[in-house]
Amino acid sequence: MTRTEEIVHGVLAGNRRSIARAITIIENEPLKAHEIIAAIYPRAGKAHVIGLTGSGGAGKSTLIEKIVREYRQKGKTVGVVAVDPTSPFTGGAFLGDRIRMQELSTDEGVFIRSMANRNYPGGLAKATKDAVKILDAAGKDVILVETVGAGQSEVEIIKVAQTIVLIHAPGLGDEIQAIKAGLMEIADIFVVNKADRENADKTMMDIQAMLQLNNNGKPWKPPILKTVALSGEGVPQLVEKLEEHRHFIEEDTERKKKLLKATAEAELAEAIKERTVSSILDDLRKEGKFEELLQKILKREIDPASAAEKLLNERLRKH
Amino acid sequence: MQHERKIRVLIAKPGLDSHDRGAKVVARALRDAGMEVIYTGLRQTPELIAETALQEDVDVVGLSILSGAHKALFPRIMDLLKKKGLTDVMVFAGGIIPQEDLAEMKKLGIKEIFGPGTTTEAIIRYVLDNVPKKT
Repeated sequence: MTRTEEIVHGVLAGNRRSIARAITIIENEPLKAHEIIAAIYPRAGKAHVIGLTGSGGAGKSTLIEKIVREYRQKGKTVGVVAVDPTSPFTGGAFLGDRIRMQELSTDEGVFIRSMANRNYPGGLAKATKDAVKILDAAGKDVILVETVGAGQSEVEIIKVAQTIVLIHAPGLGDEIQAIKAGLMEIADIFVVNKADRENADKTMMDIQAMLQLNNNGKPWKPPILKTVALSGEGVPQLVEKLEEHRHFIEEDTERKKKLLKATAEAELAEAIKERTVSSILDDLRKEGKFEELLQKILKREIDPASAAEKLLNERLRKH
Repeated sequence: MQHERKIRVLIAKPGLDSHDRGAKVVARALRDAGMEVIYTGLRQTPELIAETALQEDVDVVGLSILSGAHKALFPRIMDLLKKKGLTDVMVFAGGIIPQEDLAEMKKLGIKEIFGPGTTTEAIIRYVLDNVPKKT
């Protein structure tokens, strides 16, 4: 067996070292990553993937720790992927989400991995999607993905998660109205954490008001739940709702098929685009015209879009 | 940008130290040097540290200790790392570790020990120069 085959074998057997090594390869080695994903893909697709997002300071990590404990009590195994931002200036990252969940590290039924978003737009690293597949194939029943609390267009999560939870806390200085419409529309469950604070009820009412405005007759009515992550209050009810949503998407087979198809199509398109672009770009770079046109752009003799047209037309004529 | 290999470092505080200012300074410095740093907070047990190093597949572990419990804790940590198959992880330590204990700690497999007064530049340089190449 090659080293990669060994790792695949280990992942499918749920071996933690193999899972860890596989995720690292996903992040760093595109060729081997491809090999691994190709091998495990048939065994993925069983886990309930839940995306959790919200502004920084809302208490996501603390809440996740309690959610994991609740699932463990129900006998489920859990994977957690915690994503934090990469500094655009240094390329480094401080991955501190694990601090709040650290006690879970010695629970054999839990696997936690911290990932830096490496500046992928939308706050979710490309590798995160593949890491989720690995945890899925390794047999985790539930996978929680915690994203960068930008609170803005975290719509990227939708491509990974089946259930999306938006976590807010009163007094963050971020009024509900400031949360971009995109997020409000994709969340399946809303949570007001730190519900022991004064403005919790007002926050709930604000969310309710916004939901009423957006109400477009969809079959799932997003509930708004109150939690106090530090004490665990409200967490059992939250997990019940998560399970309810899972059953909802499972039962509605028409909708489920549509969703799965859309996701598969998006991934296929993405894979095609990636390969097409890099192969064409490589070709164009090798041809003399690329440098020449680059110089013309610098001299402001031509704009980048027109230069691109020239290069591509030239290429079409050749083939 | 996306497939650039980053050095992953775990900064861990074994034992009962009550503050982590130094550990955080080092963590931030390594981040500013382009590394991905996982910091797990105070009061870590050897089991938590070794398991974290495994799940996060780190290249380097930096142990920060001020309480003088290094002789009790470091052997256990190094033993657990070995048991989990993490023999290719580079381990360094810092904090308050007396001169006379350095040789013993190095025998356990701890590559370098950075005492008070070490600059963050020195630590960054050391990690960059000595981080093992992962296969």
